Amino acid sequence: MNAPAFADDMQLLNGNHAVAWGVRLAGPDVAPLYPITPQTPILEKLIEFQSSGAFQAELLTPESEHSAMAAAIAASATGARVFTATSSQGLLLMHELLHFASGARTPIVMFNVNRTPASPWGFWPDQIDSLSQRDTGWVQLYSENPQDSLDSVIQAFRIAEATNLPVMINHDAFYVSHSVEPVSLPSPEAVTDFLPRQARDIQLGDGSGRSLGAPIDQASWNRTRRDLDEAMKTVEQFAIDASQVWEKQTGRASAPLEFYRYHDAEIVFVTMGSMCGTAREAIDRLRTSGIKAGLLKVRLFRPLPNEALRDALRGAQHAIVLDRNYSPGTGGVLHQELRSVLFGTQDPPRLHGYLAGVGGLSVPEERLEALATEVRDTVPAANSLWLE
Amino acid sequence: MEKIEYTDEGQFFSGHVACAGCVEALSMRVILNTLGKDTVGVVAPSCSAVILGGHPMSAAKIPVLHGTLESAAASASGVKRALKAQGRDDTTVLCLAGDGGTYDIGLQALSSAAERNEDILYVCFDNEGYMNTGGQKSSSTPRNAATGSTPFGKTTRKKNLIEILAAHRIPYIATVSPSHLNDMAAKIAKAQTIEGTKVVIVLIPCLPGWGVADNDAVATARLGVESGVFPLFEIEDGVRYTMTKSDKSDAINGYLKKQKRYRHLTEADRADLQAEVDETWSRLLAQAETTV
Ligand SMILES: Cc1ncc(C[n+]2csc(CCOP(=O)(O)OP(=O)(O)O)c2C)c(N)n1
Ligand code: SF4
Ligand SMILES: [Mg+2]
Repeated sequence: MNAPAFADDMQLLNGNHAVAWGVRLAGPDVAPLYPITPQTPILEKLIEFQSSGAFQAELLTPESEHSAMAAAIAASATGARVFTATSSQGLLLMHELLHFASGARTPIVMFNVNRTPASPWGFWPDQIDSLSQRDTGWVQLYSENPQDSLDSVIQAFRIAEATNLPVMINHDAFYVSHSVEPVSLPSPEAVTDFLPRQARDIQLGDGSGRSLGAPIDQASWNRTRRDLDEAMKTVEQFAIDASQVWEKQTGRASAPLEFYRYHDAEIVFVTMGSMCGTAREAIDRLRTSGIKAGLLKVRLFRPLPNEALRDALRGAQHAIVLDRNYSPGTGGVLHQELRSVLFGTQDPPRLHGYLAGVGGLSVPEERLEALATEVRDTVPAANSLWLE
Repeated sequence: MEKIEYTDEGQFFSGHVACAGCVEALSMRVILNTLGKDTVGVVAPSCSAVILGGHPMSAAKIPVLHGTLESAAASASGVKRALKAQGRDDTTVLCLAGDGGTYDIGLQALSSAAERNEDILYVCFDNEGYMNTGGQKSSSTPRNAATGSTPFGKTTRKKNLIEILAAHRIPYIATVSPSHLNDMAAKIAKAQTIEGTKVVIVLIPCLPGWGVADNDAVATARLGVESGVFPLFEIEDGVRYTMTKSDKSDAINGYLKKQKRYRHLTEADRADLQAEVDETWSRLLAQAETTV
């Protein structure tokens, strides 16, 4: 991504404040919030906006993230637009309710700041908190920088409300949450146009007297998961549409998959979040020395764009997956996912999985540059390798 | 004998799946009809959720969100705030939960909602155990009562949730019993007019859980009230206590005898329980007397 010129609509914002701006512009009706490092600046900024009268949501400050999510689900069930934010321990405390939210088809938008889960305690960028929630039925987006986070929040409401699915957007602790960059703020009118208010099919208290979530038989429960599956299948297209409309309005696209110096690339890095920035630097260096390297940024992780990934990886010789997460007994989550995506395809690239920067370790671009050369003569290991 | 004077507005339907003779269903009928149709419910997993019942049927005319066990009060807060944000502040938000969902796993969320003074009416059906999962103890189970997880009787006393709630200084707390339905309706109606967090605790003698005969739950509840085991009273703003009935009979024996969960008690156990009831009763009376 080129460094944007500093225009009139720009402010210097850190990632979390960019999120708060996105939320302010999207205008949720209810926002239950609970503090946790490094998410807290989102909460603080929203409260500051509310105190100044610029943001009108009903703010709830309950005793835990568990209650925050319970309130978010209940509020969303009535048809309200709902936002919440959390990180790490808070997200994990919500686990039961994450399944509940998708089952109840509540289009909540949640921002999660990726942070190492205890034990031991740490406050460092690592995506295992949200990746370990991949089976809960939430759409998951991973943002690379503050602008991406702001744009993603606004797009997330559109995707959520089009599909009746909850959407979780993630950015890395500190590398994105606390890094200050120039961020372009869309106009309130543009956001209102982009996010029209729509009544949902079933809303608690809509006058029909319908109850929500009561016990059901096996066949009906099975039906709910088939419905969820159908809805999940539509997400990718809604995300593409959202990106295209947004691009028309703002000039910025943020598609499910993004590419950098990719079309003729032989060695490609595949990663998510702030690691994409490091990969871009490494790719520039590699290109200078004549090595055809490129980046495949996975922005939409759930549902994973399987076909699009297959298409994208078809021409590459080597794909290096960089996982800033570690699933014990498995390795890198994205590595695992890409193995299944590529399984059974003809002439897949050699897939090299690396656990890179787990626990927030800094991964210098020089290391990635060297890695691209190393893998050329390597038979990929079956498991993910720790990047030394 | 008192005549039950409330109008059935058709807010609670027959054909539900409560045990035949269950006074929780009876109480629900009175509560829902008293609150009327501009009400949205939230229910925690418990007998009340089962009674309200299986999708797509519902025993309640009002819409009900079936939430999680530990977050009833948080869910109710979410509904209330969302309705408010959408200009529907007049709608009553009713939260239904059992004692397990209130005294135990849901206490944190309830305490937080009470501290925020969320405008919700929280009704706890207190059958003194986890009946929906087959009758294990909760922290509301009284001393000596046998349950699935305390087969020889619970060794510790019932948690005094009401004092905990009073310490939150919420505007209204009341106890009600299915043996005194007019009082139940009056307190629910009163609670509905008050803004802020209201908690009403309903005594529910549970037929299988307590080992009470199918036709004896109302009589058991009445003995509970009359012997002072379950005093009827109100607390306003956490400090103003009003006794609904300020006399009690001496003996809890009649109450205990109706219930198989107490059949293993010795004379000494009964005396211990009687002493506990007497002590709680006189503390309560003293609190009511100092209220001006
Ligand atoms: C987190 C969680 N743990 C356990 C359960 C299982 N469960 C359902 S109802 C219940 C007991 C409820 O007891 P109580 O609130 O007193 O209601 P009752 O069944 O007695 O009416 C339990 C333990 C659950 N639903 N959720
Ligand atoms: S188990 Fe007890 S409380 Fe539950 S429905 Fe039966 S009698 Fe009522
Ligand atoms: Mg119970």
